[in-house]
Amino acid sequence: MIHFVLLISRQGKVRLTKWYSTYSQKERTKVIRELSGVILTRGPKLCNFVEWRGLKVVYKRYASLYFCMCIDPDGNELEILEIIHHYVEVLDRYFGSVCELDLIYNFHKAYYILDEILISGELQEPGKRTIVRAVAAQDSLVETVKEQTGSISTIIAQASK
Amino acid sequence: MSGPSLMDSLFQRSLEDIIKGLRQQLIGEQAFISKALEEIRKEIKSTDLSTKSTALLKLSYLSNLHFHDMSFAAFHALEVLSSPRFSHKKIAYHAISLSFHDSTPVLLLITNHLRKDLNSTNEFEVSLSLQCLSRIANVDLARDLTPEVFALLSSNKLYLRKRAVAVVLRVFEKYPDSVRVCFKRLVENLENSDPQILSAVVGVFSELACKDPRSYLPLAPEFYKILVDSKNNWISIKVLKIFSKLAPLEPRLAKRVVEPICDLLRNTAAKSLLFECIRTVVTSLSEYESAVRLAVGKVREFLVDEDPNLKYLGLQALRIVAEKHLWAVSENKEVVIKSLSDADPNIKIESLRLVMAMVSEHNVSEISRVLVNYALKSDPVFCNEILGSILSTCSRNLYEIIVDFDWYVSLLGEMSRIPHCQMGEEIENQLIDIGLRVKDVRPELVRVARDLLIDPALLGNSFLHSVLSAAAWASGEYVEFSRNPLELMEALLQPRTSLLPSSIRAVYIQSAFKVLVFCLHTCFVQGGSIVPSASLNNLPAGVSASVSYESFDEISVENGADVTVVHGQTCASAPITKESIVNLLNLVELALGPLLGSHDVEVQERVRNLLGFVDLTKPEVLNSAVQEKDDSEGKGVETSKVIKLMHDAFSKELGPVSLSAQGKVSLPDGLVLKENLGDLEMVCGDLEPPSSNTFSFGSSYEEKDGLSFSNPQIKEDSEQTNESTSLLAEHRKRHGLYYLPSGKSELVSNDYPPANDPTLQGDIDDNADNLVKITAESLVPKRKPNHGKPRPVVVKLDEVDEKHVAMKKPESRDDSLSGAVRDVLFGCEDVPPTLSQSNLSNKLSSKRKGKEKQHTDPHVESKENVIDDGNSSLRRKDRSHGKERRHRSPRKKNVEERKETNQKEKEKSRRHHARHKSRQRAEEPLKVSAQTPVIPDFLL
Repeated sequence: MIHFVLLISRQGKVRLTKWYSTYSQKERTKVIRELSGVILTRGPKLCNFVEWRGLKVVYKRYASLYFCMCIDPDGNELEILEIIHHYVEVLDRYFGSVCELDLIYNFHKAYYILDEILISGELQEPGKRTIVRAVAAQDSLVETVKEQTGSISTIIAQASK
Repeated sequence: MSGPSLMDSLFQRSLEDIIKGLRQQLIGEQAFISKALEEIRKEIKSTDLSTKSTALLKLSYLSNLHFHDMSFAAFHALEVLSSPRFSHKKIAYHAISLSFHDSTPVLLLITNHLRKDLNSTNEFEVSLSLQCLSRIANVDLARDLTPEVFALLSSNKLYLRKRAVAVVLRVFEKYPDSVRVCFKRLVENLENSDPQILSAVVGVFSELACKDPRSYLPLAPEFYKILVDSKNNWISIKVLKIFSKLAPLEPRLAKRVVEPICDLLRNTAAKSLLFECIRTVVTSLSEYESAVRLAVGKVREFLVDEDPNLKYLGLQALRIVAEKHLWAVSENKEVVIKSLSDADPNIKIESLRLVMAMVSEHNVSEISRVLVNYALKSDPVFCNEILGSILSTCSRNLYEIIVDFDWYVSLLGEMSRIPHCQMGEEIENQLIDIGLRVKDVRPELVRVARDLLIDPALLGNSFLHSVLSAAAWASGEYVEFSRNPLELMEALLQPRTSLLPSSIRAVYIQSAFKVLVFCLHTCFVQGGSIVPSASLNNLPAGVSASVSYESFDEISVENGADVTVVHGQTCASAPITKESIVNLLNLVELALGPLLGSHDVEVQERVRNLLGFVDLTKPEVLNSAVQEKDDSEGKGVETSKVIKLMHDAFSKELGPVSLSAQGKVSLPDGLVLKENLGDLEMVCGDLEPPSSNTFSFGSSYEEKDGLSFSNPQIKEDSEQTNESTSLLAEHRKRHGLYYLPSGKSELVSNDYPPANDPTLQGDIDDNADNLVKITAESLVPKRKPNHGKPRPVVVKLDEVDEKHVAMKKPESRDDSLSGAVRDVLFGCEDVPPTLSQSNLSNKLSSKRKGKEKQHTDPHVESKENVIDDGNSSLRRKDRSHGKERRHRSPRKKNVEERKETNQKEKEKSRRHHARHKSRQRAEEPLKVSAQTPVIPDFLL
């Protein structure tokens, strides 16, 4: 299973963290510090795997972002690389040629998409179109609600209660 | 109203505002964040759910990416969760799965929310709830929500069903009893044709099988079918993972799956699947030569690939193969060696591990040579990686693979000279350890030590200080093997030693003391009476020829002759003359005088010892030097007595002391040691008891300090000791009553001595000896048979004693989980035994039946095999009793207390263990009787 997913920018800024195993807040910071130290210093033409605390971290760089996933030692590294690629493709499809800024401003959306792909550390949905459709359906649910609450009249109605 | 006003809600900053603000960084990140947090704290108390949820969203952003604590908002998150709106729920679920953990106090309150959403008609709400459950589930949540998850397992919405399947894994982990409810439905999903569902189910089983593969053997036919039919790589990978766990348990299964896996190996285009196939073959199917050959062929393709990922994985696969098929590594030797200079440090390390896997006693020297050359060329980190792995491989199991210790010691010396070497401490330990354990290597050790000590450049390298410390110690301790003690003395006292830390300086001074005593002893006590003896055989020829002594003085030839020092043979090539001794004494005074005021007590004390000794002897030495040959007997004898005393004090053999040595002399309460030993002497009177002076606890360290003047008679030949030991042991057998019940006595009384105790035999013999001489067993040599060149004796201690393989107790939770799984799987075995004759291949054709048959099969076998074995038929009754209980239990469960059920669970799972046990036994009928007494223990 996947223990956690990290998105780290080339400058070492954290863009997304998702933990499928239990780590306390303190451990999380430590993990990120350690791993970004290891991964960001690795050159471009090296392999995408790092051994770390008896586990394996698979990472891949897309543009300025490093996508990292941590797996058990008997996990399949190449499969994880495929999952990472799958995630990036879905992001790309959803945002329309995704860039780091998309993820920065829509940080929760990146989460929601990841939640569609992985559940409790396992690959959930290999079909890109299905994922995008599910996310879009949820978005529309959210939007309709927002329209209702966003209008001034609602606020006034609320205030005059 | 304490919450924010309307204005606050109207002008609340959104998440986007926060992100923008953070990026602009007008007031600095920390300041901005704490301001935002302040706002959030206020907003989150709002009664307006939109305001609250926005605040929560902002908070989870800050918590997630800037690591601020959000536990204060736990209750507010629950409030947002109760909102009817999907957008609020989504934010709340996100926040909860991010921040909740087992000890979150409000966790109790979430159950009903989750239940409500799990039953919702909106599939996305259900999905959110499942996501959240998978993250935060604890025992209570898992127990209370099992019915909902169970219902979802057969939901007709695929979207939900696959999620429920994935979540069920977490529920099982937290609450094993849920297996009873959900497992059947989970298994039914294995037959689903939808790839998504299948992928989820197989994923769950591959996780489960990691923990306890044996329980899932009955499902093998289903997995096999998936393996053969699946067109989806993700699924195939997971199924392969399952088989790699199951195949080692069941040879027939391995035979069955090896073909399909080979087909996959040949035909698949996907590298991830290919790699999984390779790994499955090399880990679990390594008996199948052809499959391994095929896999190794594919590994070779990986190795020569451009892609560093494949190369890395290829090396990794090769390392797994190496355990059983070393030829695979040798075939790819060039690639592996070439990878040592790869650009990628990970690949380098992986290939280093592989190279180390190839090491054997035949090639250790060549491989080490190659590696040391690589170490010289590579960067500091990898250099030390190489050195570390050489050191650990060579020292493994008490230098198991080293035959030529002379070579190894000089290698150690060479390694410490490598510029980047930071393994000083390890080298130090090994140098000293080898010195203690391997007698034959000492001359070479002293030579290596001398080379290290004499080089002033090395003193500047702080990483080498510990190596130098070992070198100094060795040259002092084994100075009798030195060719030129005077030169050694100069090296030990050279001015640059001031660069050393004081603890190591103290070692230097102590060694200088030893060397000085040795020189004086050689010169005055032994004089020219030394005859090169057997130990010289180890030295290069020609050295002994050059030995020439100028014997001025015959002061105490008699004395010298009296001393029977076992290992006191010198081979000094430089003669030790009186002048040189005088020079030596002057040098000591000159070099160490200033250190009298040292701030370090160790240094100061040792300097004082040494200078005190010099003061004592110097007048005499000068005297005798002036008087030449005709000095009066009396004075010379005085001096030589002192010298002899010191020499004896230093020349006692230091042996390695077992870590458990002290433990072996535990005394029972109320025992007066002296009295009993008095008895012992009386009893042993006729047997020439070990003289009381061999009763020495003199540890190596005492003598190193030069403070204890242990009895010189202790230097018995080891053979003699052994002889008397065996006599003593015999005596002990007769008069066991009179002996101390030593710590080892349990071992004697124990009928089942631990099997992995190699020194046991020796220990029993030594038992009596342990009473009087703890270190004696260190003298019992252990020779490894069949070496082309005789391997020097390596003294081993009973360190292995402590490595009793502890009975691995599986975690209770896993235990109960697999127990529950077995309950469910084995519970449905109502198939009449006549069907069981069919073999595995038949089973696969009729899948539903087959599944049941597969696990009935061995069961029935066991019935046939053990039918006349009284003991196990008893157990069979027991087993059927267990079955009855199992049938009753679901009905009872609701009535009974939870605790009681748990208790029963455990009992049951134990019973199932027992049943497994009997099944195993049935497969190996020969061992049945031998194992019988063990099983009751197992049941405890």
